[in-house]
Amino acid sequence: MKDFSWLEVTVASLLFILVIGSLWTRGRNWLDPVFWKRFAIVGSLVMFTFLWILTFDTLSKTRIGTDRVPSPDVINYKITYEYDPQKGYYMPVIHKDKKEPLFGKEVSPQEAMELIIKGKLVIQSRACMNCHTLLGNGAYYAPDLTKAWLDPKWEKIMIPATESETKEEAMVKFLMNPEKYATWTRRMPNLNLSEEEAKAVVAYLKWMSAINTNGFPDHFGESKLAKF
Amino acid sequence: MEALLKRIWGDISSLPESRKIALMYWTVAIVLFGAQLIFGLIAAIQYVNPDFLFDVLPFNIARMLHINAMVVWLIMGFIGGIYWLLPDETGTDVVGASLGKIAFYLLTGAVSVVVLVYILVQTGKGEFFTIWFINEGREYIEAPRWADIGIVAVMGIIYFNVLATVLKSKRITGLLGVLLVDLIALAGLYMAGMFFTPNITLDQFWWWWVVHLWVEATWEVLVGVLMGWALMHVLGTPRRIVEGWLYLEVLLVFGTGILGLGHHYYWIGTPEYWLGIGGFFSSLEPIPLVAMIVHAVYDAGMHKLHTVNRPALFFIFLQAFGNFFGAGVWGFMHTLPQINLYSHGTQMAASHGHLAFFGAYVATNLVLIYIALQQIRSPEGPILDSRTWKIAYVGMIASMVGMVGALLVAGFAQTFFERAVGGSTWQDYILTQMHPWVKIPMFWRLGFGVLFFLFYLVLVYDILTIGRKAKEPSVEVKPA
Ligand code: HEC
Ligand code: HEM
Ligand code: HEM
Ligand SMILES: [Fe+2]
Repeated sequence: MKDFSWLEVTVASLLFILVIGSLWTRGRNWLDPVFWKRFAIVGSLVMFTFLWILTFDTLSKTRIGTDRVPSPDVINYKITYEYDPQKGYYMPVIHKDKKEPLFGKEVSPQEAMELIIKGKLVIQSRACMNCHTLLGNGAYYAPDLTKAWLDPKWEKIMIPATESETKEEAMVKFLMNPEKYATWTRRMPNLNLSEEEAKAVVAYLKWMSAINTNGFPDHFGESKLAKF
Repeated sequence: MEALLKRIWGDISSLPESRKIALMYWTVAIVLFGAQLIFGLIAAIQYVNPDFLFDVLPFNIARMLHINAMVVWLIMGFIGGIYWLLPDETGTDVVGASLGKIAFYLLTGAVSVVVLVYILVQTGKGEFFTIWFINEGREYIEAPRWADIGIVAVMGIIYFNVLATVLKSKRITGLLGVLLVDLIALAGLYMAGMFFTPNITLDQFWWWWVVHLWVEATWEVLVGVLMGWALMHVLGTPRRIVEGWLYLEVLLVFGTGILGLGHHYYWIGTPEYWLGIGGFFSSLEPIPLVAMIVHAVYDAGMHKLHTVNRPALFFIFLQAFGNFFGAGVWGFMHTLPQINLYSHGTQMAASHGHLAFFGAYVATNLVLIYIALQQIRSPEGPILDSRTWKIAYVGMIASMVGMVGALLVAGFAQTFFERAVGGSTWQDYILTQMHPWVKIPMFWRLGFGVLFFLFYLVLVYDILTIGRKAKEPSVEVKPA
């Protein structure tokens, strides 16, 4: 289904309130509390109805496996983040023609799904979001993880520092021993992730980086500040 | 319990049961307020000295305790307010008082267990067991699932208390009507946050139903009810005026705040139409907050500031202006998508969150507590007043403004350096955190945080003592 237009939704909701409210209060003085009581009821119900309609639409467009929230098996492919001139913002690009299986092993859609379920459970169990933000929500004590998979620091610094072959290997080592590979004085504590848990988290981070977040964070990785 | 309440609050022998329950809730609320501040201070120290309690109470646990203590004490304070005004609005004591007391003990017990598990166990394995019994790892609603279910059950009992009392009294005021509907919505929304999904977009979609539709819709209406009642008692505003305003506020709060939810759906994977809808409606959210100021200031002006309760009146002003500045102005600052693209998830949000919660909700609770103190300790006059409340009042406001100002500077710097000039990466984050415009404000925040805590202690002292020796001449008797 085509997207709603925000302007149509806005105008329609306000019109409904105005029309239904006026009909129901007709003949009443605007200084009468009943006048406002009825408008309050109408306003709340109309807005709540609109919210539900939009919610159903949003839910159908953000299910796992849609073009906004891709299927977990995108972790088998190369993912990049590129400016889309038509949309006017940065979009994740899933290169279906370039295989880049995580930990060198291609996974089935079902195995991929199991990995991200595990990854999400690990992230919740350690309360990562009370230090980090994910999709920009959470705490501000540590870097945003929305596009952590695409962060240039893994290749430039962390692969050599952890003596790893690949990015995912470096990530697993960091997640299992963050204080050992700390890169500044504010360290991440060791949260006792097992290797299985750390791998699931890496899969989760890779999958999350493929979600279309309407261009947040803007120009990720293209920095005039951090130079390697 | 009676003996304890008597020591803290004064002579409560003639109070209806409903009001005794209120005092039980407020007692716990004030203690938890202090706990909130202590954990906030620990988290603030870790910002300037990351090694502090690194192995014992890492930042995420301190922060979780800080914000959970806040949510719980504010809600307990509101519940206290509801039990306090109930006999007054219905003309009869609460129906099912002993059940209400059981609910209080259940809630307090559950909160204590949850807090102990947070501190002692902290985190678990990546399994469902952790979500059910240790913590759920989702900001503000970290409480494990068993506690969620318990909380809803307790809310059910409280709701029964209110509803049964209203039914028994066979009359319903406009305030109670709004309250009854609002409480259903409030409890219903909490359930939107009670399920697991691996889909983080869906997770955050429903998570914001709880968080936003609480603080920017249902809580806002709840304090509309509580403050309306407060205005009638502190200034003697006629009920008709209070209720007319309340309906207008409900229209404006729900009319803007429900679709204003869209300002959290810009960047979490949800469709683009939310940018327009969220931007438009959330920009209008300050309007009801202006209306509330007009209401309070107009009423106070009408009465030339004559009141029986000086601290309550001033906390009413703090509530009106704090809500407007913290939620309205500070919220508006980063609510347009064009700004939020860069400010999202920076200290901007922390700056706004602190001022909004303090101004809107801490202040509401203190208004009600001071009204109760006056009705207990000085029901026939003289007016309730002291020197210490003024110290606490000015001190808390000044130190909160200090913290919020420091966070605002840090937030702007993050927005510019990490997000606009930089590329929002790990390294951009670190470099910005080390920039003086972020680094130095973190010291200021800590300093003002310590001050805030000291003034909290003054506040507690004042709550324990104000009006006790009301007959002594040292207290000013004539109204201003
Ligand atoms: C107590 C706070 C804290 C907790 C809890 C925490 N982290 Fe971190 N994390 C940090 C800090 C601080 C850094 C930066 C460390 C450094 O540079 O040495 C970091 C760095 C990272 C990085 C690299 C940064 C980037 O942008 O790619 C990743 C990935 C990461 N954490 C993932 C996690 C995951 C997953 C969890 C939960 C299982 C978690 N963290 C829990 C504080 C925390
Ligand atoms: C009393 C009412 C309010 C309270 C208590 C409140 C509190 C908060 C808190 C605590 C956050 C941070 C959430 C998190 O942890 O991620 C937040 C975020 C936000 N608030 Fe409010 N708020 C209120 C009203 C408003 C209003 C009226 C507006 C708009 C005009 C607004 C705009 C925002 C925006 C845009 C964000 C998102 C920040 C981001 O993108 O990181 N808030 N609010
Ligand atoms: C002693 C005073 C206080 C100190 C030192 C303090 C410190 C902190 C710290 C360090 C954080 C974590 C921010 C981050 O993730 O980077 C925080 C978050 C928070 N605090 Fe406080 N705090 C104090 C008082 C308060 C009060 C009085 C309130 C409200 C009533 C409050 C409400 C919050 C909220 C809502 C958050 C989450 C903000 C967000 O996610 O944007 N705090 N506080
Ligand atoms: Fe909001």
